[in-house]
Amino acid sequence: MIRVAKLSVEAGRHDILHGIDLALPPGRIAGLVGESGSGKSMAALAIMGLLPPGMRAEGRVELDGRNLLDLPERELCRIRGRRIGMIFQEPMTALNPLMTIGDQVAEVLRIHQGLDRKAALERARDRLDRVGLAAPRFPLTLYPHELSGGQRQRVAIALAIALRPDLLIADEPTTALDMTTQAMILDLLRGLVRDEGMALLLITHDLAVVAGMADRLAVMQDGSIVEEGPTGQVFRQRRHPYTRALFAASTHQPRLVLPRAEPRPLLQVEQAVREYPLPRRGLAGRRESLRAVDGVGFRIDAGESVGLVGESGCGKSTLTRAILGLDPLQGGRILLEGQEIRAGRAMPRALRARMQAVFQDPFGSFDPRWPVERLVAEPFHLTGRPRDWREQVAEALYEVGITGDAMRRHIHEFSGGQRQRIAIARALIIKPRLIVLDEAVSALDVRVRAQVLDLLARLRVSHGLAYLFISHDLSVVRQITDRVMIMERGRIVESGPTQQVMDAPQHPHTQTLLAALPRIPAAWQDHRDGHEQVSGVALSPPRP
Amino acid sequence: MRASLILGALLSGVALAAALLSLVWTPADVTQLTIAQKLLPPSSAHWLGTDHFGRDMLSMVMVGARSSMAVALIAVGIGMGFGVPLGLLAAARSGGWLDEVVMRGNDLVFAFPSLVIAILITAALGPSATNAIIAIGIFNIPVFARVSRGAALPIWTLDYIRAARVAGKGAARISLQHILPNIANLLIVQGTIQFSLGILAEAGLSYVGLGAQPPTPSWGRMLAEAQTMIALAPHVAIVPGLAIVATVLGLNLLGDGLRDALDPRLRRSP
Repeated sequence: MIRVAKLSVEAGRHDILHGIDLALPPGRIAGLVGESGSGKSMAALAIMGLLPPGMRAEGRVELDGRNLLDLPERELCRIRGRRIGMIFQEPMTALNPLMTIGDQVAEVLRIHQGLDRKAALERARDRLDRVGLAAPRFPLTLYPHELSGGQRQRVAIALAIALRPDLLIADEPTTALDMTTQAMILDLLRGLVRDEGMALLLITHDLAVVAGMADRLAVMQDGSIVEEGPTGQVFRQRRHPYTRALFAASTHQPRLVLPRAEPRPLLQVEQAVREYPLPRRGLAGRRESLRAVDGVGFRIDAGESVGLVGESGCGKSTLTRAILGLDPLQGGRILLEGQEIRAGRAMPRALRARMQAVFQDPFGSFDPRWPVERLVAEPFHLTGRPRDWREQVAEALYEVGITGDAMRRHIHEFSGGQRQRIAIARALIIKPRLIVLDEAVSALDVRVRAQVLDLLARLRVSHGLAYLFISHDLSVVRQITDRVMIMERGRIVESGPTQQVMDAPQHPHTQTLLAALPRIPAAWQDHRDGHEQVSGVALSPPRP
Repeated sequence: MRASLILGALLSGVALAAALLSLVWTPADVTQLTIAQKLLPPSSAHWLGTDHFGRDMLSMVMVGARSSMAVALIAVGIGMGFGVPLGLLAAARSGGWLDEVVMRGNDLVFAFPSLVIAILITAALGPSATNAIIAIGIFNIPVFARVSRGAALPIWTLDYIRAARVAGKGAARISLQHILPNIANLLIVQGTIQFSLGILAEAGLSYVGLGAQPPTPSWGRMLAEAQTMIALAPHVAIVPGLAIVATVLGLNLLGDGLRDALDPRLRRSP
C-alpha cells in the first residue's frame, strides 16, 4: 500500500502543494478533483518523482515502509513502471509513432524484467488483450497512427500496467476522448482495479466521472486538500465552501427565462454535402471520397439556441466550417437570412457580419502579438471601423465582465475563462444575429464554465442572439440550448427539443451517447443544485 | 540567455561600427603601399601590424568589414524580399498548385551546390561585389521561402486565423497582419544566420578572387594573400580570420538572443 503523508512541493519561494495526505489502498480507487492550477497534476508528478527541475518535494510517499522522496534517481527508475504506473491525458502524444504497439509494451518488460524479445512479446500480447485490444483485430505489429484516440489510450494503459504495478495514476485519462470512448476506458480502469488489485489514483476535473468511479474522494484547491472522505459522503455533506461551489457549478443551469424564438428563419441548411477526396489506392486506383457531411438539413430561427452534438469525426466541425463560410459545399446550400453563404471572397461582408464565432481553444483563439483592444475590434473589418471603436470595445468587454485596464494588455496575461469572455466580446462587437459556439466551453473548469454559460444566456436575452452550440458533451448542451440535433457519420440522426431528446431518446446513437454520459447519482445531488447563484457574474449589469 | 544577447550584440556592434567608421576615417590609407614597412608585427603605430605591401592591417580589416557586411546584408535583403512573400503565399495556398510551383522551384535552387553556382555566376558575369551579392542573394531566397512557409503552416490551423476569416479577411491580409508578425522571430533568427553565412560566402568568393576587386580590401582576399606568409608573419592571416570568426559568432549569438527577447510570451508581464 502506498501512503502519501504531508506532501509539500515548492518552487523557489512559491508553495505549490501544502502538506497533502492520501491513502491509496490496493483494489481501491481514490479520486482527486480540482480545477486547473489546483496542483492535482503536481501531486501525481511528486509521487512519481518526476517534478520539473527547480521544484522540491517534502514529506513522505511511503511504499513498503520506504520514503520514495529520499530515494536516489536510480532506485526510482526501478520503481516507476514496476510499482507505479501512470497514464496521461493526451493519448495522441503518449506513444512513440515509430514503434509498433507490441514493441512498445514489450520494451517495458524487457527493461524491467530482462525478458527476451519473444517472451516479452507474448506477455505484451496478454496485456493488450487485457485492455481490450484482442488478438486478431489488433496484431502487435500495428503502429500508433493506425489506432483511434481511445485505442491509443488503451495501449498507454497496457504500457502502464504491463508490470502489474501496485499503483496506477491516471491524470485526466478521458478528458481528450469522446463520451462513449470515455465510458469504455473508465469501465476498463474499473475492471483492472478489481481484477488486478491495483490502487488507482484518478485525477480529474469532472465530478460526474469520479462520482461513478471513486471509493474515496479528495477535493483539492490551491495546493491543499480541503475535503476528503468516502465519495458518497463528500457528495452529500459538502462541508467545505469550495466543495459546495464546485458541486453547484457542475450541475449548474443558467437560471433565466429563455425568450420565445421568433418563428423567422435565420439560418437554413438545405441538403448540405461536403466531400473530401481520399488518397488514391495505388497509381491506377480510383480516387474515392469521404462524405463528411451527407445531406444535412436544418433550420435555426431568430433568437433560438440550438445544439449540435456528435463524437469526433461525425462531421460537425466540417459542417461548422461550411456554415461560417470558410469551406465550400459540394451540394445543397446554406442560407443566412435568406442569402446564400458562399466560401471565400464571394460572400458579401454585410452577410458575414451577421454571424460570428467563438472557438474552443482559449489559448489559440487570439493572436499573441495583438493587444486586446485590437483583437476585439478585428470583426470591424466587416463593417468598417467606427470613430468610437475604442468605446465600443470597452463596452463589449464590460458586458462580458472584463474590466480594468484590459484594453492594452496582451492575451497571455489572461486566464482561460477570461480569454473565452474576450472571445465572446469579439463576437458581439459587430452585433451579429447568430453566434456559432464551437466547443466554446469545453476547455474550461466547471465553475468558470458555469459563469460563461450564465453570461451566454444573459447576452442572448439582451441582444436577441441565436446560438448554434456545437459540442461533444450532451450535459453542456442541455444547459444552454432549446433544441438539440444529434449527428452521426455525416447525418443528423435525431433532433428535437433538448429536454425531450434527453428524456426519451429515439435513435440508438442518441441512446448510446446518453448512456455513456457520466452522472452524479440523484441521491447525492442537493435540491439546490443547478439553482445556486454562481459567483462572479451579475445577472444584469448596469449599462455603462 | 541574456549574456549571449549582450555578447552577440557587442561583437556584431563592433564589426558594424568598424564598417561604418571606415566610411569616414581609417587609421591609414589602405591604397597607400609602403613596402619598407611590410609585415610589421602589431605595434603602437600599427595596432594590428602591416601586410606584405606595408598597408595598415587595422584599416584593411575595417574597410573589409564594410564590403563583407554590405554584400551579406543586401544578399539577406534579396532573400527576405523574395523568399518571405513566396513562402507566405505558398502557406496560404497550401496544397494548391501555387504551393507546388513555389516549393518545387525552391527544390530546384536547393539542388545546386550553392558556392559552386555562386562561383559560376560571378565567373560568367565577371567578378565584382555586385555579382557576389546577386549570387549569394539568389541562394537565400529558397531558405527564407521554406522557413516562412514552414512556420506559417501551423499558424494557419489556429483558431485566431479562423476568427480572422470569420471577420472576412482574405489570405493576403491575414498573412500580413497575423502570420508575418508571428513568424518574425524566426525570420530574424534566420536572417542573422543567413547574414553570417553571407559573410562566410563573401569571404569564400573573394578568397578565390571573385568578390570585391582590388584595391578594395576584403577579408577573404586578405586571407588568400596571407596564405604564403603564415610562417613569416602569422598576424597577417590571424587578423582577418579572427574578424570573420568574431562577426559570424556575434551574429549567431545575437540572433538567438533576439529571438528570446522579442517574444511577448517570454517577456515578463508588468
